Amino acid sequence: MSLRSPIGRVRGLGSAKEGVSHWWSQRMTAVALVPLTLWFVAAVTSHVGADHAEMAAWVGSPVTAGLFILLIAATFYHAYLGLQTVIEDYFHSEAAKVVTLVLIKGACLVLALIGVLSVLTLLFEG
Amino acid sequence: MATTNRPLSPHLQVYRPQLTSVLSILHRGTGIALAVGTLLLIYWLAAAAGGPESFAQAQELIGSWIGRLLLFGWTFALFYHLCNGIRHLFWDGGYGLELPDVYRSGWMVVTGSLALTVLSWLFGYFGGGL
Repeated sequence: MSLRSPIGRVRGLGSAKEGVSHWWSQRMTAVALVPLTLWFVAAVTSHVGADHAEMAAWVGSPVTAGLFILLIAATFYHAYLGLQTVIEDYFHSEAAKVVTLVLIKGACLVLALIGVLSVLTLLFEG
Repeated sequence: MATTNRPLSPHLQVYRPQLTSVLSILHRGTGIALAVGTLLLIYWLAAAAGGPESFAQAQELIGSWIGRLLLFGWTFALFYHLCNGIRHLFWDGGYGLELPDVYRSGWMVVTGSLALTVLSWLFGYFGGGL
């Protein structure tokens, strides 16, 4: 049980109305992306010039497919959080800010979905 | 409240660039570049899912000189953002915040990201195939 009063808890959330959740999510995805990025570069550089059959066999293994899906999820979540901060810093018109944030969020979702579905296609059909 | 034309901080055009400010701006810049660069990653995966023809087309595009140039810039942006991101995580933990440490870690990030970029391209050319 928390000893803080409701007003104290609400104030703790600050002007962003969400406390440290944005900050924390950005750090957690950053920590996840350290090993995932190193794996990605090592894996891609060792498959330079692969033809479609080699690519399908490689991405089509459960471990590689799983790592790719984790990479895509963490990347687009982290990218959205970062782009959101940039947009909130530099857009001074409220309407332009909201429209851009919605468009960026939509683009991140669509791209992540295409990426994950492509990996799953290679896993199940490749 | 109606002070719409007040000067915004920081005055980028007045201050002399320093390692600290340049690396900070570069972190944001590479972050934006990497977000745009995800288009290439998703295109590559979608082309592979599309079949041999679309994948061969994607490999040809990425393997062209302009594709390689983009990819080289993207590799540096990725390693810079990774190294400087780790530097940020140390700061978040309260470590390395003294000015001499900030400069030391800054130069470590610069040399580290350049070295990792060159090493991964050497590995790509001589380690993996092509």
